[in-house]
Amino acid sequence: MTETLVLAIPLLGAALLALIRDYRLSAKINVTASGLALIAALLLLVDRPAAGQFLAVDDLNIVFILLSTFVGFTTSVFSASYIGHELEEGRLTPNYLRFYHAMFQLMLFGMNLALLANNIGLMWVAVELATLTTVVMVGIYRTHEAIEAAWKYFILGSVGIALALFGTILVYLAARPVVGEGIDAMVWTVLLTRAHDFDPALLNVAFIFLLLGYGTKVGLAPMHAWLPDAHAEGPTPISAVLSGLLLNVALYALLRFKVLLAANPGAIAPGPLMIALGLLSLIFAAFMLYRRRDIKRMFAYSSIEHMGITVFAFGMAGPLGNFAGLLQMAMHSLTKSAIFFSVGHVAQVKGTQRIADMGGLTSTHPLLGWGLIAGVAAIAGLPPFGVFTSEFLLVSSTFAREPLLAILFVFGLLVSFGALFLRVSSVAFGEPRGPTGPVTASYVPMFAHLALVLIAGVWLPGPLVAWFQHVAVLLG
Amino acid sequence: MISGFAFDVSHMLAGLLVLVSFAMLYQDRLYAVINVLALHAFVLAISVAWQAHIQHAPHLYITALIALGFKAIAIPMALRRMVFRLGIHREIETVVSIGLTMLAGIAMVALSLMVMLPVTAHVDPVAREDISLALSVVLIGLLMMVTRRNAVSQVAGFLSLENGVNLAATGAQGMPLVVEISVAFSILIAFIVVGIFLFRIRERFDTVDLEALDRFRGERR
Repeated sequence: MTETLVLAIPLLGAALLALIRDYRLSAKINVTASGLALIAALLLLVDRPAAGQFLAVDDLNIVFILLSTFVGFTTSVFSASYIGHELEEGRLTPNYLRFYHAMFQLMLFGMNLALLANNIGLMWVAVELATLTTVVMVGIYRTHEAIEAAWKYFILGSVGIALALFGTILVYLAARPVVGEGIDAMVWTVLLTRAHDFDPALLNVAFIFLLLGYGTKVGLAPMHAWLPDAHAEGPTPISAVLSGLLLNVALYALLRFKVLLAANPGAIAPGPLMIALGLLSLIFAAFMLYRRRDIKRMFAYSSIEHMGITVFAFGMAGPLGNFAGLLQMAMHSLTKSAIFFSVGHVAQVKGTQRIADMGGLTSTHPLLGWGLIAGVAAIAGLPPFGVFTSEFLLVSSTFAREPLLAILFVFGLLVSFGALFLRVSSVAFGEPRGPTGPVTASYVPMFAHLALVLIAGVWLPGPLVAWFQHVAVLLG
Repeated sequence: MISGFAFDVSHMLAGLLVLVSFAMLYQDRLYAVINVLALHAFVLAISVAWQAHIQHAPHLYITALIALGFKAIAIPMALRRMVFRLGIHREIETVVSIGLTMLAGIAMVALSLMVMLPVTAHVDPVAREDISLALSVVLIGLLMMVTRRNAVSQVAGFLSLENGVNLAATGAQGMPLVVEISVAFSILIAFIVVGIFLFRIRERFDTVDLEALDRFRGERR
């Protein structure tokens, strides 16, 4: 019952928002619906429904659902203060805003469905839905750049999705001789208990397809081309949810299949593949960070970097690696969306996203400027923020097991660290550049996220640690 | 047990789909690409209907009908109309050396047979060969998307790729949710086609040639 609430609220919200013309009212409804979905997700903690053929809640996906609904809620609050400015500027019309709000809820629905799905087919459909809605949102400004970004995202995303479906079919083929024909051969909980007897060769090939397919959506390095454009050209709230949520959803799908492979003794270990792709993404993105001139694009590359770190962590696996991966993923979602909240307002004030046209933010807009500095400090992995904890864990555990990999990993981290501070210091400090008009921003979402990241860095509550440790063991 | 005849027919249809994929690779006029695409979807529809018949799975007829009505008739009509409206029907595409592309296509088929046949040794024979041929269709579709610069032919490449995935899904006997998935895919395709229309790529870029879009890379403004 509760799990259907998490789905029904965004869906109803989307239907309602499609009917409402007044954008102020619809922004409020958007916030309310996202808030209600968060409450429903919190209810899942106390009242966990039994797994069905289509939906299931377990220890793994509830982490993702909570994170997803929370960031969805704060982003809707940020979006409410963001869109007013876009309307004044004439970048969006009231009609487009109506569409935007409906799509926002539909996207949250798609992501929640993908996370809750207990069925590999249903999960695939949900990821597709989430992709489609974000494609439309990326192109919503209808500028030359936005359309190219949307088109690129669309074509690459569709190819990824098609490959993922092929992988899904192969998993079904592997399961059918063991589980038998019909719906059961696509249900997670059934697959997992019987995975031991699946044909390992078939599972291996399936995983390659799934890794390429869902990996495209995660933004892993050779398949990342869509990600910077989509982040830079869409509205900033969409950049925040893309980085904070959609990448996680795709990663979640990958993790599920990884667990499936781990349950089969004959199958290849997915770890090395994930480690290779993760490291490649990390190092590639770290170097790409240096030549960025567009601030949103720069943080998009930073998202590729962090997804690389997370995939690397899950590839290293083991209780420590998985724990670090989970923490890294959660911290990245919170921090990156906080950064985008700040960047969105900065870009609105300056009227541009070019880094060269921004400067002296800490003196003209202290709250935004210092918020951005704090966010970048957190994302670069400085103590006392939460990202430091997870990266420290990862580095120390990797050094103990594979010193060579750890050196490469630390190298990537340091390179990206330098790039981020090089670019951000010119934005935040020095002579003010560009317009310095007042800003009507809501700082609450940004500082709420940063506060959470800070708290996680200083003190992780015992029950949370125990819970993450439990999930880390589940992930194998 | 599936008889030899049923087996042969489903192979023939899957093989035909690969053949039509090859035919698409060397078309250099947009109308011709669209015609081959319609033929591709038509072969898929027959193949799916045949699977529905031999697997005694009536719900697959729905997938076949979608393939026939939507992908073999409606989409090609929409694409043709678009090509006409955009006034690019006379354009001849510069295909990256046909000979090389065909060789690459053959390599794709060889690759998919080499990958899929050994790993599917324990799967029933119909699914086994269907899957390997379907993978060939998928890979040739990818090849088509990579070698073409024109948005319409890229879409055609994607649609043929998607037909390959559909072939695999229907070949996997008793796979649940096939109809739902094919409906979801149709929505995706409709989105693509409507997307080209709505975004009016022509109006924005003066051409549907993606080379023109690449001028912009976000950084060089």
